[in-house]
Amino acid sequence: MSESTPGPMSGHLGEPLLEVEHVVMQFGGVTAVNDANFTVHPGTVTGLIGPNGAGKTTCFNIISGLQRPTKGTVRFRGRTVTSTPVHRRSKRGMGRTFQRLEAFGSLTVRENVMVARDLHRGVLGSLRPMRGGRAQVDALLERVGIASHADERADSIPTGAARLLELARCLAGDPKLLLLDEPSSGLDETETDDFGDLLRELASEGRSILMVEHDMDLVMGVCDTIHVLDFGSIIASGDPAMIRNDPRVQQAYLGYSDESAESAESAESAAAEADVEQTRTDLAPVGAPVGAHDQTMTIPAVGTEEQR
Amino acid sequence: MDSFLAFTVFGLVSGAAYAIAASGLVLTYTTTRVFNIGHGALGMVLSFVFWDFSQRQGMPTPLALALTLLVVAPGIGWFLQRFVARNLGDAPVSVSLVVTVAILVMSLGIAQQVWPPEARNVPPFFAGTSQEVSGFIVTGQQMVTIFMSILVALGLYLLLNRTRIGTAMRASVDNPELLKLFGGKPDRVAALSWAIGTSLAGLAGVLLVSTTGLDYYALILLVINAFAAAMLGRLKSLPMTFVGAMALGLVENYALGYLPTTGFLNDVRTVVPALFLFVVIVTMPQATLRIGQVKGIVSAPLPSAPKALAWSGGVLLFVMLLVSGMSEANLLLVGTAAAYGIVMLSLVLLTGYGGNVSLAQLTFAGVGALAYVKIDQPNIAGLLLSGLVAAGVGALVALPVIRLTGLYLALSTLAFGVIMDKLVFAAEFAFGSSGSLIAQRMSFLGIQIESTRSYVVVMTGVFLLMGLALLVLRRGTLGRMLIALRDSPAACGTLGLDARWFRVGLFGLSAGMAGIGGALFAGLRGTIGASEFGFFNSLPLLLLAVVFGVTSVTGAALGGVGLMLLPVLQANYPNVGGLFFIVIAVGAILLARNPNGLAVYLFGLGRVFEGRFGDRLRERIPILPLPGGSVAGMREIAKSEHEANEGAEASLDAVGLTGDDSPAEGGDSRKETADV
Repeated sequence: MSESTPGPMSGHLGEPLLEVEHVVMQFGGVTAVNDANFTVHPGTVTGLIGPNGAGKTTCFNIISGLQRPTKGTVRFRGRTVTSTPVHRRSKRGMGRTFQRLEAFGSLTVRENVMVARDLHRGVLGSLRPMRGGRAQVDALLERVGIASHADERADSIPTGAARLLELARCLAGDPKLLLLDEPSSGLDETETDDFGDLLRELASEGRSILMVEHDMDLVMGVCDTIHVLDFGSIIASGDPAMIRNDPRVQQAYLGYSDESAESAESAESAAAEADVEQTRTDLAPVGAPVGAHDQTMTIPAVGTEEQR
Repeated sequence: MDSFLAFTVFGLVSGAAYAIAASGLVLTYTTTRVFNIGHGALGMVLSFVFWDFSQRQGMPTPLALALTLLVVAPGIGWFLQRFVARNLGDAPVSVSLVVTVAILVMSLGIAQQVWPPEARNVPPFFAGTSQEVSGFIVTGQQMVTIFMSILVALGLYLLLNRTRIGTAMRASVDNPELLKLFGGKPDRVAALSWAIGTSLAGLAGVLLVSTTGLDYYALILLVINAFAAAMLGRLKSLPMTFVGAMALGLVENYALGYLPTTGFLNDVRTVVPALFLFVVIVTMPQATLRIGQVKGIVSAPLPSAPKALAWSGGVLLFVMLLVSGMSEANLLLVGTAAAYGIVMLSLVLLTGYGGNVSLAQLTFAGVGALAYVKIDQPNIAGLLLSGLVAAGVGALVALPVIRLTGLYLALSTLAFGVIMDKLVFAAEFAFGSSGSLIAQRMSFLGIQIESTRSYVVVMTGVFLLMGLALLVLRRGTLGRMLIALRDSPAACGTLGLDARWFRVGLFGLSAGMAGIGGALFAGLRGTIGASEFGFFNSLPLLLLAVVFGVTSVTGAALGGVGLMLLPVLQANYPNVGGLFFIVIAVGAILLARNPNGLAVYLFGLGRVFEGRFGDRLRERIPILPLPGGSVAGMREIAKSEHEANEGAEASLDAVGLTGDDSPAEGGDSRKETADV
């Protein structure tokens, strides 16, 4: 795959792995997702970005099956999965991580991944003993870079490590598609760089990644395609350069559009602002009600989205 | 036709009382996320209070009513919210259930302590007055009930929609954190809703008491009626709750009027609310997986294998010594403790590891006992078969609730306990209404165990074996999955676990363990009756399990002894019989948030002892000449071998010999071998 991977509009990548078509999600009077359309192609890293409250996590919940959309279709590997239960989508090769961490807090980091591996083998299949199982699990921990935490309880490790743990757990299920919800928050600069490399590596193995992310450097650096979501609709799709220069994106992020020569710079400051939000997220103490910081920095729509 | 009209009026009247109780339940649940199992019990206590004011102290009825409902009830509600149920909404469902069960048991204890059993009577309101409506007499009491329910509906509507604090209450349903940020006071809102909820429970109790009579247990079950009604409104909608309550009242009274008064169907009438509840539950839509980790979960202590084995051996020896010179009566007590201990072990699996709550674990023990007697194979096969029957029944109970969350599972076990108690256990085909069945002691590997002494030792052995099996399970794949499912159901779903069937299996397994406990108990006693497995006894069982530690085998052993002692103590000190319930309830409330219970302090003591005397003791114990050196030495060898293996695998990985450096390929090859 070359550096200038074409956008989803050009069809020569073959069948898309994931297709989201005309998806609408309404909570009472609030429309969280409004006619969203996008695709993810095999072996690519796709970014899903947008301001807070744009409906990114709701999209993830719909794709992974935790919520059923009001309208619209989700197709995965050529089959409609709109009303397929979560665990069956997982068996078909879909894995995800969570923005609000969902590690198994009272198990150790290694046990977390072991559970994922066992579930991948099936509840009954996993009862048969397996050779080299532990080595495989440890290799996974090594790969995402949290081997040093292997024997610690999952609720006692730093946020960044816990996010990587969710990634490792997800990989233990050998997914074709990984849905990563803000995977880099809590990682420092070097860790984020390593993480970016890991994502490219996973894509080169033929896995697809759909990622919600606020770190614009990371998104611009690793994504083949980026979809921008605002008020529940996709307002722009394309490769990083296209997105960087799209006036609608700047409008959505900054509240004004600057179509002068400094557009690249304003995208930079969009990234910078996203970083500020990032820092605020990170400053929230671990274990504090996550809902709280969302409300301080976003429009109330997020509150409703998180609650449902 | 006239009788139909009469039953309709009766139905609407009881419906009105249920509606009042149910709206209180819905109010506290929606605003604080705590489902109060003790709701009916609070109504019971308040109707006793009302009796005390109006009959014993002779206050005028309006004054007694006002004092009960506007002073005492809100006070109790406020106190409970402030000191018992605070922040419970964020806790795991198992914790909040245990705490409200404690409220129930405490209410019962207080009522029995303050108002010891004697004949009491609360006359109906406006006893003399009645009105003729189209040829049918409506009593004053009935009119008051209907009028009150309308008043409550109107009052709640005005409160929630027309007042500031009502708006805050509705806001706190959606998001208490947000409410706090906008200057609301969730604590005040919660206290108010508990105060109102308790008042409504009291009002319903006072209105119903002239028909049910002042009975400790009858009004406790009001929570099932209220819950059944509230379920129709999905525990959210007050108007639908009123509809549900009226429907329940009508169904109940039509059943009363038209079902035959003999045979099985006669008994059905007493369990209409519980059956109604099951019907409503089956029609509920699928619940979504809960996103967001459950906070405040503690992990169960897990002893090492040698330690567990050593302790088991020690306990077995201790029991053998203990029973060697014991009287028959005391032997029966030790055996009872072992049986209760086994039932508690089933709770360790279900609640301690799995985070689910059953409010009818003794009922499953009863199913096991009944099956043991009916199968009439007093040997290991018969014992296992009775366990299997209980497991099947357990899975059947969990099945209707398969699409719902843990709260509904727990509540449906409560309804199940009541149904079994009143409908099945008492029936002729089961234990029979009068009496008891004869159970044989089982033979073990062809040897008939006749003496109580050896039977007790065998029971202890079964307890220890089950405990060890539980520890093995906890260490293995299934144990990890159990904990994972408890910690984050959403993550388990996205990793491919069908939580619904897993939970049915877990529930069945746990019921099966309880069933084996019941079967052994039947063999121990020789004669066995329905009263041994009364549904209410399951509640102190749950509380004691939590007090002593529902996460450990040690806790189960201690809890078994505790539950065995409870009736012994109550019989020896009849004056303070209710006090024991209060003590247990307070203990459960204090310890509910740390379900490792008292056992964990015992482990702590062990460590202190080890730290002080461990070295000195070890010096005195000679190292046994085992093959390959000491036990420690063997462990060392095993460890180094393991490390060598891992090192070899790692180096193979490093040179790429295994072709396993990408999990994608690794996973595929694994799948292929699995397919072959």
